[in-house]
Amino acid sequence: MARKAWPVHLILSVAALLIASPLLFALIKATQAGQQVVGPSLLPGTAFFQNLGSVWTSAGLGRYMLNSLLVTVTVTFGKTVLSVLAALAFVYFRFPLKGLVFALVLFTLMLPTELLIIALFDLVSGTFKWADSSAAIIVPFLASATGVFLFRQHFMNIPHSLADAARMDGAGPLTFLTRVLVPMSWNTIGAMAVIQFVYVWDQYLWPLVIMQSDDKQVVQVGLRRLIDVGGQTDWGAVMAGAIVTVVPPLVVFTVLQEQFSRGFALGQDK
Amino acid sequence: MRLTRSSRPLGFWTRWRAGQAARPAVPHAADEHATFRGVGLPWLFLAPTLAILAVFLYYPALRTLRLSLYRANIILGNEQFVGLRQFADLLTSPVYRQVTVQTLIFVGLVTVLGLLLALGLAWLASRPIRGARVYRLLLIYPYALSPAIAGTIWLFLFNPEIGLVNTLLGSTIGVRPRWLDSPLMAFSLVTLAAIWKGVGYNVVFYLAAIQNVPGEVTEAAQIDGASPWQSFWQVVFPLLSPMTFFLVFTNIVSALFDSFGLVDILTRGGPFYGRAGITTFLIYQLYEDGFRNFRTGAAATQAVLMLLLVGVITLLQFRYGNRRVHYGA
Repeated sequence: MARKAWPVHLILSVAALLIASPLLFALIKATQAGQQVVGPSLLPGTAFFQNLGSVWTSAGLGRYMLNSLLVTVTVTFGKTVLSVLAALAFVYFRFPLKGLVFALVLFTLMLPTELLIIALFDLVSGTFKWADSSAAIIVPFLASATGVFLFRQHFMNIPHSLADAARMDGAGPLTFLTRVLVPMSWNTIGAMAVIQFVYVWDQYLWPLVIMQSDDKQVVQVGLRRLIDVGGQTDWGAVMAGAIVTVVPPLVVFTVLQEQFSRGFALGQDK
Repeated sequence: MRLTRSSRPLGFWTRWRAGQAARPAVPHAADEHATFRGVGLPWLFLAPTLAILAVFLYYPALRTLRLSLYRANIILGNEQFVGLRQFADLLTSPVYRQVTVQTLIFVGLVTVLGLLLALGLAWLASRPIRGARVYRLLLIYPYALSPAIAGTIWLFLFNPEIGLVNTLLGSTIGVRPRWLDSPLMAFSLVTLAAIWKGVGYNVVFYLAAIQNVPGEVTEAAQIDGASPWQSFWQVVFPLLSPMTFFLVFTNIVSALFDSFGLVDILTRGGPFYGRAGITTFLIYQLYEDGFRNFRTGAAATQAVLMLLLVGVITLLQFRYGNRRVHYGA
């Protein structure tokens, strides 16, 4: 490693700056007031909280954020629990039709929800009468083929002697799950939480079509309504809204980043 | 494994079960290991997942298949069986063909350019240099940005009157392009935004994969006198092929579907070029037909065609993704 490091530093800094620039721009504009926002000035202002306040209450960003948080936390938690249980069944039990059931779960990877929206809309709003309720954007997303695979893969890498020992000690599958498997799976659980949190938080198309009333809408679609208001968009306020919207997934990602990377490094192992 | 298959003519399930039981006990084939007993218990654990998948994925998928054969309108509530006519209509429609072609170009550009960029950056950021951790964090955080937010920020940046890009261009070289009105520029802008939005995700996974490459492998290559370029393309890159296959797949899928939020906010499918909006991609067309024009049946037909596309891509991923795996050990 006698080679000079500065070209690497140069490329990486330029790339990092380029990648960061749209977000930096949004951050700066979010702090500016009045005419400064639409001008070329890139000097940070002092109006961030004023901008944020105007979208938070008058444009309903606060409500959108709360809706999104509720939905995202519920779905992420639900998906993780259900995937762990399903993976437990696949790895530690033998039962008839196992291969077929696994194939059925596997196959759902080929059915992105976006493609089913026509029929799903019919089902959720017509049959279930869930249009405009949070159930419409929570319940259909509680199962996850990705999650089942992730945990199945991880459990398969855990030595079986552990499970056998637990059983001989008289532990049932649920005790084994909570006492042994879960403590050994924090990296995978972290990885799952990050993927699902970001995925659910970023959902756009389904809430756009299924949520008609404003007070149940999620923040991604709510933001679009901020831009739509009249002809004059208050860009300072919109940028403040955009910045705040990025915060929750960013926090989850930063907190769980280590687990996320490790969860995948391990999952990739074999 | 073959023995049970050929010996006796058994019923399908018997044979299938026998085949399951007779599989050799390879290490890691844990699914054959039945630690816990109980007939109902595994089904109990699986029930919530299976119920949700059945009701909210399988059932709508079958409904979509059925609906694709009907000329239907969700607002009027009418349905008329037309067989495969809507498929024929779509496949011969110049509008749909244009939308398909521009979607494929978009998906191709986003996937190839996005992955090359991410691979290069992940490789550089994985080198033992000072501040590598900081670089990594700076490169991967855009993962947390949503397509809708990306669209919103780009919409302001490239606003022809008050956007920063035009303010700068206007004051320096006196041009103020109408980015979102020119087909070529709008298409490029959406493509760039999608690549930018995807960099974080791709770098995360490439970093994880690169860190898994055993150090001895690259050291051996160095001792053998390989240049960094050679050792990268001939030693490291093949080791990353499982990850590349995975990422090609996820990038194609996200360019096909997640682009919706970006397009909807940034361009609303326009500007018009030829017979359709230049940034109207397959999923946007489906949304327009299904929820704007209420041509429910035609939208379902488009969904079926896209399902076929996703199916083919997934099968390719499983087939080649698993086969061309190189492990260091």
